[in-house]
Amino acid sequence: MAAKPKPVKSAPQTETPALSALTSTSGERGDFDRLIHERSRLAIVSALAVNKSLSFNDLKSVLAISDGNLSSHARKLEDAGYILCEKRFENRVPNTCYSLTPAGKKALKHYISHMESLIAAVKHS
Amino acid sequence: MNSPLDPQTGPQFSAQPQALHQRAQDNLHFIRTSMERATSFTGVSGKSYCVAGVTVLIATAVAQQQSGPAAWLTVWMIELALAASIILWMTMRKAQAQGGSLWSSNGRKLLAAFTPAMVVGGVLTVSCALQEAYDWLPGIWLSLYGAAIMTAGAYSVAIIPVMGAVLLLCGSVVLLLNIDAALLFGLIMGSVHILFGLLIWRSHGG
Repeated sequence: MAAKPKPVKSAPQTETPALSALTSTSGERGDFDRLIHERSRLAIVSALAVNKSLSFNDLKSVLAISDGNLSSHARKLEDAGYILCEKRFENRVPNTCYSLTPAGKKALKHYISHMESLIAAVKHS
Repeated sequence: MNSPLDPQTGPQFSAQPQALHQRAQDNLHFIRTSMERATSFTGVSGKSYCVAGVTVLIATAVAQQQSGPAAWLTVWMIELALAASIILWMTMRKAQAQGGSLWSSNGRKLLAAFTPAMVVGGVLTVSCALQEAYDWLPGIWLSLYGAAIMTAGAYSVAIIPVMGAVLLLCGSVVLLLNIDAALLFGLIMGSVHILFGLLIWRSHGG
């Protein structure tokens, strides 16, 4: 015999003040960094955060993405000043190396604390 | 290597709409996974494999000149200690130069994955030596070293498991066809180390 479905309570539509402050400022996402929120770019920044520098091939191995995708996302991060791109030659072979800039470290740290605050705000609400 | 960006192999995220805090937890998990994947994976020194490969080829020539199997085994045990020391030392130096350490999370996992097959290899070596079944050793060494490299390679660059697979395949052929591989063993071991060492050196640095 099928059990009678229980009525489901809908979630409250109003946000707590803490949540609201984190997610909305003037109709936008406040200080939420959309640039590193994108998965590929977040992975690049995270990988560089635990390495002094990584070559293009190393990053490609870690992320398992195409050359074109990596170049495009790395360019956006470089333009924002989050990563540094150094092109050099090793035994006459061109080698592109990426490293995280202080601005990139700050952005990642800020993003992590933003996520942690969001979790904490929901727990306390 | 699995990609953290791959929905099949990376961290799992629900297709259902999620609450903000759940997405935040997913994002933090994603950052942690990406960091773990990137740590010390490039610590393996390609240069050390090349140097070890050369010492293996020298040991092959020396071992071939030995009169008895016990002396042949002694040469290879000395070579094992020498090559292991070279690879360990150069890998530690490379990891330090990258600002990391061999004893990082992934470095420890790599060593933990490498050890069991090598321990079995050691036990079988002693057993074969006691029973004077020296002919089995080249096939056993190639197979188990290949298996150790393959499993450890899961925490390193993608080319490492390929190297392990090549050695495992060679070892399996030697064991199954019962080939007298006293000379072949050294040539395979040396050339595979030099070849893959060069590939690692070229792609991921010395």
